[in-house]
Amino acid sequence: MLFAGTPFALNRIELIRLLVLALLLVFLLVGTRRLKLVPGRGQVVTEFILGFPRNSIVIDTLGEKDGRRFMPILMTVFFVTIGMNLTGIIPGLQIAGTSIIGIPLIEAVILYVVFIYAGIKKHGGGFFKASLFPPGVPWPLYILLTPVEFVSTFIVRPISLTLRLLMNLVAGHMLLALCWAATQFFLITLLVTQGQPLGLLGLGTFAFGVVFFGLELFVALLQAYVITILGAIYIQLSLADEH
Amino acid sequence: MHHAFLAVKAVDNPLIPQVPDLIYGGFVFVVVLVVFIWKVLPRLNTMLDARSDAIEGGIKRAEIAEAAAEAKKGEYEAALAEARAEGARIRDQARAEGVKIVAEAKEQATVEAARVTANAQLQIEAERTAALVSLRAEVGSLAIDLASGVIGESLSSDKRSKDIVDRFLSDLETPAAKSPSKSK
Repeated sequence: MLFAGTPFALNRIELIRLLVLALLLVFLLVGTRRLKLVPGRGQVVTEFILGFPRNSIVIDTLGEKDGRRFMPILMTVFFVTIGMNLTGIIPGLQIAGTSIIGIPLIEAVILYVVFIYAGIKKHGGGFFKASLFPPGVPWPLYILLTPVEFVSTFIVRPISLTLRLLMNLVAGHMLLALCWAATQFFLITLLVTQGQPLGLLGLGTFAFGVVFFGLELFVALLQAYVITILGAIYIQLSLADEH
Repeated sequence: MHHAFLAVKAVDNPLIPQVPDLIYGGFVFVVVLVVFIWKVLPRLNTMLDARSDAIEGGIKRAEIAEAAAEAKKGEYEAALAEARAEGARIRDQARAEGVKIVAEAKEQATVEAARVTANAQLQIEAERTAALVSLRAEVGSLAIDLASGVIGESLSSDKRSKDIVDRFLSDLETPAAKSPSKSK
């Protein structure tokens, strides 16, 4: 471990994160070099990858004008998450950059700050009033409603964002690691080294590994989509006139 | 494989972030964010805006061209209508002129015919007069000759014969044409 014991201690996950960062930068900078009105083959792929979060998540949720304001944050969340998630299934890396709490927490806090900022910028103090005292409700209900709204909006949102992403990736990592480790144990240790026929169970664990590989690929993409669209929806709710 | 396992196990409580985790995670996030703000989104949005501009511009140009064509068509149609009206006017004028010419010709013909008729009548009158004069002379001398033969006496004395003839003719003419002056 490089720089062990310092705040810059560089373990395997941090190395993987830096690798993902490098690949992301290469993709983003090379892919968007010399974009043309009439796209070539490479540009169609780049445009598809960039256009999906841009159009289907950000602009569809927030509209063209607000979408452009919050596009940098939301696009960054999407691409950092998807890049870090995918390392969880890549053989040789085999652990997601989002499977320790740092990045999920950072993204959740940033989205939390951004949606509160968006609400205050648009409505001033009225944002908190509208969030905690939803209009159109008889006032005695506020006794019940306001604590619920407070907890759900200002406490549960960032926690759920963090934990949803983190736990999905941790669980995926556990499953895959278990399958591959069991396969190695059964096939190599038992069957090849010790010659025990029980080692044939390794074929089963390998098959499970392949299935979970597909599942984790899906989860990696889905969780990136989920955290980005939830961020966009929170911002949209803050900007909306009626909550 | 075992390393992967250990990497997670090494963290005592996975919900408590370690400092390096936050530092590298934050670093990655900030760098990607900066790249998005600085390069990627400006490039992407500029290109997409230019593309939609190009598409909308194309549509707009087509609309302008169409409007121009429409205006030109209207112009041509107006010119055509004008030409048609002009043609109709000229035709009407020609027809009216034709009618006038025919009427004039008819009138002229009538006048001519009247003139010819009048001339012919004059000529007939003159010839009749001439015939009457010569007839009178001849009838007179014939009658005298005949009468001379009958009465056996010469009536050739001019004065007398002339008187007789005149008187005879006057008697002859009186019941038919009551103008004795013609016997002169």
